Amino acid sequence: MQQFTRRLHGIQVSHHKETANIPIIRMPVPEQVTIPMIQQIGAECQPLVKKGDHVLLGQCIGDCEHKLSAPIHASVSGTVTDIRDFVTVQNVTTKAIVIQADGKQEVAPTVQPPQVDSYESFIDAVRRSGLVGLGGAGFPSYAKLMPRQKGSIHTLVVNAAECEPYITADNRAMLEYADFLFYAIETVMQYLELKQTIIGIERNKAEAIARLKQRQTDRIKVQTLPTRYPQGGEKVMIYGLTGKVVQEGMLPADLGILVMNVSSLAFLGMYLKTGMPLVIKWMTVAGSAILIPKNVLVPLGVSYHDVIEFCGGYASEPGEIFMGGPMMGIDVFDDSFPVLKNNNAIIALAKDDVYMPKESPCINCGRCIRACPLDLMPCMFDRAVQRGDVAALRSLKVNLCMECGCCAYVCPADRYLVLANRLGKKLLREADNNEKGGK
Amino acid sequence: MSKNLVVQAPPHIHSQESTRRLMLLVLISLLPALVAATCLFGLRALLLSACCIVFCVGFEYLACRMWKRPNSIGDLSAAVTGLLLALNLPVTLPIPMAAIGCFFAIVIVKQLFGGIGQNFVNPALAARVMLLVSFAQPMTHWVLPGQPASPDAVTSATPLGMLALEGSGELPSYWQLFIGMHGGSLGETCIAALLIGGVFLLLTKVIRPVIPLTYLGAVAVFCFLLGEDPLYHLMSGGVVLGAFFMATDYSTCPITDKGKFIYALGCAVITVVIRCFGSYPEGVSFSILLMNLCTPLIDRLCVTRPFGSHLEKKKEEVA
Repeated sequence: MQQFTRRLHGIQVSHHKETANIPIIRMPVPEQVTIPMIQQIGAECQPLVKKGDHVLLGQCIGDCEHKLSAPIHASVSGTVTDIRDFVTVQNVTTKAIVIQADGKQEVAPTVQPPQVDSYESFIDAVRRSGLVGLGGAGFPSYAKLMPRQKGSIHTLVVNAAECEPYITADNRAMLEYADFLFYAIETVMQYLELKQTIIGIERNKAEAIARLKQRQTDRIKVQTLPTRYPQGGEKVMIYGLTGKVVQEGMLPADLGILVMNVSSLAFLGMYLKTGMPLVIKWMTVAGSAILIPKNVLVPLGVSYHDVIEFCGGYASEPGEIFMGGPMMGIDVFDDSFPVLKNNNAIIALAKDDVYMPKESPCINCGRCIRACPLDLMPCMFDRAVQRGDVAALRSLKVNLCMECGCCAYVCPADRYLVLANRLGKKLLREADNNEKGGK
Repeated sequence: MSKNLVVQAPPHIHSQESTRRLMLLVLISLLPALVAATCLFGLRALLLSACCIVFCVGFEYLACRMWKRPNSIGDLSAAVTGLLLALNLPVTLPIPMAAIGCFFAIVIVKQLFGGIGQNFVNPALAARVMLLVSFAQPMTHWVLPGQPASPDAVTSATPLGMLALEGSGELPSYWQLFIGMHGGSLGETCIAALLIGGVFLLLTKVIRPVIPLTYLGAVAVFCFLLGEDPLYHLMSGGVVLGAFFMATDYSTCPITDKGKFIYALGCAVITVVIRCFGSYPEGVSFSILLMNLCTPLIDRLCVTRPFGSHLEKKKEEVA
């Protein structure tokens, strides 16, 4: 049922993938790590340790009973020196466990390769691994692997687009952890009884494509995609690979598709072999303020400052540091911020390279509409938000916006279109809640 | 610990595009037409254009001061309006009248409605039409290229005027039309220069090809259907100027390509109807102004169909 009736828009961005050929290097154990209790979409974890406790590498230090959550593990062995308040970039206050590392990296006895022999034990193992989607959103992976109706999923889509500029961590994972990746794919296919796997890669990653193509089988295929941002958006990727449209209000699972990030799968393979939960993270450290851009393997909770020091420190005074790529990444307030599970890059821009948009009136040029991969009308959202016009926002489908930032990237008037979209969604949600409350 | 970090919403990178850059490109694209006008009609063409630009920028500055808005002359849109207005005027027009036109374009049409992006009709065209109805005689005082640009100069009908009133003069040849050797407003006569500018705008992606192609194509087709000479109609009067520079004004043309197509088609119909059946020999300005007024309606009709919206689902089910 392949129907490519339309070509999705998007934008061409300069890649800055200078780190694509730099192998992942393991960072030495830092002196201290700060591990916040919110690292994923879903419920907040509760600390399982007290101040003064001695913890081992891979020991579970935070968990909760909620069905949408993932446990959090110690990334170093050492002593818990503090459990303090921590404000996330979403401005939510939670607890953070501060561990002073002893440098021995003693592994907890619980770290054993999981016994997986059935669907249930597989899901249980994935949950215990603490894995969340490493592509950025941080959705607990075991929940993704539990479709509403078991057996309804037939295709695994491996998202290896990595369309954000600068980031090359997925690319490195494909080159260096291909064994783990394929092991994870096969395991997922086995326990979820899937028919096929499609690995979607943007064409600018020639080496990774060549490597993976050598290993493709009848059931695991590598498919290349045009190098266009936001190719890695879930809906965009599914359409590009299968021609299927994820309708409003639907999940990919409703089409029988499970989308997983390539790094998440590579980690899953690693976990199934070694039993070490998600305590390390490979990430790209790049940007004009970084002296030696690298791909590094870092313990969770290490501060950005320590990671950047490992990369030679700052080349010049940083003006802006964000987690994730420049199109959707979130700014941090200072470089003492810890590395989180879903962090795939630290980008630091030099003061002179920071772009500070100054809003000017919309000139109605329509570039945002032509850039939008989902054919929305961002300039109209902007106006509707200014008017507080919820009806217009609803009919223009602001709720479909995935905040990829293409509109704001191309806007000649520098309108804060992503903010307008967010505000529009918020207005719509509030209006919907009020309606429900009224009835 | 590094302090003083910028914290802002994504995206953290941005394309090079800016309003100022777009307007600068439009100004550059109008240079060939300005040069051609100066060659054809003498230095007064340059003087008139310079006056219009200065007046427009000046009025923009004063209006911004008066309404306590941020000073917007830096975006160069006022300069574009000034130059476009000048290119729509006869070379002999007295400067004070041009100043009135500039006032109307910037203060009445643009700033009174909220400044850039808010005007409901093209300011330069509205000013031209206002001048045309207010000062009918000076505004239709066309001199032939090469003649002194004084108010006493011998007037000559435009080619369209000649077509409308048969026997009022010898019609210029296609070549003369192409290089602009005939009576008309400053910028509309030299088709060659306008095409260079238009292609420049298309190549730099300042404008989309939909409006110029549809407009020019539809005018040719309608003229052909009515038994007129399509090529002659395309190269005389303001069709080319209108198609590339006037009808494509961002604020006053529909935002989607579908809307732009309908709009350009409407412009073409009205142009041909006025030219062939109306009492005015030329209808480009009126047609674009009328379609400007329809733009909000067209925009309402031509919203995009979001990817994966329920609307699409219904259609698929039917299919």
